[in-house]
Amino acid sequence: MEAFFERPQKPARAWARWLTVFALAVLYSLACWFAFSTTAGNWGLVWNYRVTFLNGWLLTIGVSAAALVLSTLIGVLAAIARRSSFLPLRYSAAFYIETIRGLPLIVLVLAGFYGVANALHWDDRISAGIVILSLFSGAYISEIIRAGVESIGRTQWDSARAIGLTTVQTYRFVVFPQVLRQSLPPLAGQFSSIIKDSSLLSIIGITELTFSAQQIASATYSTLACYLPLGICYLLLTVPISLWTKWLEKRVRFES
Amino acid sequence: MRIELHNLSKSFGTTHVLVGVNLDITFDHTLALVGPSGGGKSTLLRLLAGLDVPDSGSIRVDGVEIGSSESALRIYRREIGVVFQAYNLFPHLTALQNVILPLIHVHGLASEQAETRARAVLNRFQLSDHSGKQPGQLSGGQRQRVAIARALAIDPKFLLLDEPTSALDPEMTAEVLDVIAELRESGKPLVLVTHEMGFARHTADLVAFVAGGKIPEHGPGEAFFESPSSPEVRRFLEKILKY
Repeated sequence: MEAFFERPQKPARAWARWLTVFALAVLYSLACWFAFSTTAGNWGLVWNYRVTFLNGWLLTIGVSAAALVLSTLIGVLAAIARRSSFLPLRYSAAFYIETIRGLPLIVLVLAGFYGVANALHWDDRISAGIVILSLFSGAYISEIIRAGVESIGRTQWDSARAIGLTTVQTYRFVVFPQVLRQSLPPLAGQFSSIIKDSSLLSIIGITELTFSAQQIASATYSTLACYLPLGICYLLLTVPISLWTKWLEKRVRFES
Repeated sequence: MRIELHNLSKSFGTTHVLVGVNLDITFDHTLALVGPSGGGKSTLLRLLAGLDVPDSGSIRVDGVEIGSSESALRIYRREIGVVFQAYNLFPHLTALQNVILPLIHVHGLASEQAETRARAVLNRFQLSDHSGKQPGQLSGGQRQRVAIARALAIDPKFLLLDEPTSALDPEMTAEVLDVIAELRESGKPLVLVTHEMGFARHTADLVAFVAGGKIPEHGPGEAFFESPSSPEVRRFLEKILKY
């Protein structure tokens, strides 16, 4: 019990760490093997569909990257609007942010595509999907940016005004460079969220990774052989981002 | 330099910081604003800097009234230098870039011209070795000297300093006060809010006592400290000179 709660006085030895990792890897692999070896089935059959899988993976990356750019733009504009002294703009931004953050993404995808996009005769699923995902993520990014902007002290604004900068110049030369450096770790984390959230676009028939995996699964009747690689493909994208985020966090901490 | 205040008032919410202040003073070089904390010194300096707008009354500097619209104030602010207590510098820029920024983007200098001028000013304050460092790598005293250099580089009409040493330890305070004293030679008028009474006494041509939202007394440095006429100033000086 004590080993569970007590914090170590000094870091564990290198060999102990490697041995633990190795032993756990063997243990968990065996556990998986006994659990799934009878049901895993048709790896060979699924292998025939590897191109579909790869295309889905590339589309997931493409959609996520496009959504990242667009949602950053939306997030920055919403964060500025949220602080505007022009009330209609400020309230619109607050309404947008609070509404989106209160909705599950799946509701937004369904309502956005079958409700709004269809009414507008916007039939291109991919672009509609990117916009819906960006609107969703943009609300969270605007909160990240807003927290960053609010962390810039009053003296910085005073100094900027005192030397004669305009508000736009103050944002450009003083506020955003500092906000960016601070917000980069949470923004990288948000990118990881976008990649994971893009899987929900499968419900409106965008042939991204999850959709492709589902199609292959129903064509080959082998679920685990499809969904296990599916998970690994997401991890291949999100784990490096997570490591990068940790590295960024460390760097920001050292600088300040 | 001449400063005229007419019936100047400023409140923040229900706190009346300045209450109908009237003043007409002319001085050659240094005006020191002294007085108890919360008495209105810093607020008065912010009004003089064009960073805040008075609720009523007017300010004339060298005969010209300070406007009240943000665009008029911005033009006014361009021509003066302001140094705050701390955190004046932009932490993501080097000392040199801090000085260059207003030269290029506010005063329209070409980048080579701006750099030459910025290096000259930093050199004058013995900061050449630190020009490539970011504020986080500088000591508090060095940071305030860079801030003074940035304020001076634009060739302002006058300088406003709001307790520039109050966040520093005694050694660094001396280092910054040396620089401020040296500014006397440059001939730029300066208005200084300070708690350093010894410094105010020795360098200020004129000392104004700001307390309770008013200016009950002002006068030449020596006379102000030797023979204050108002009871408020006497009480204040007794209290702070006790130790």
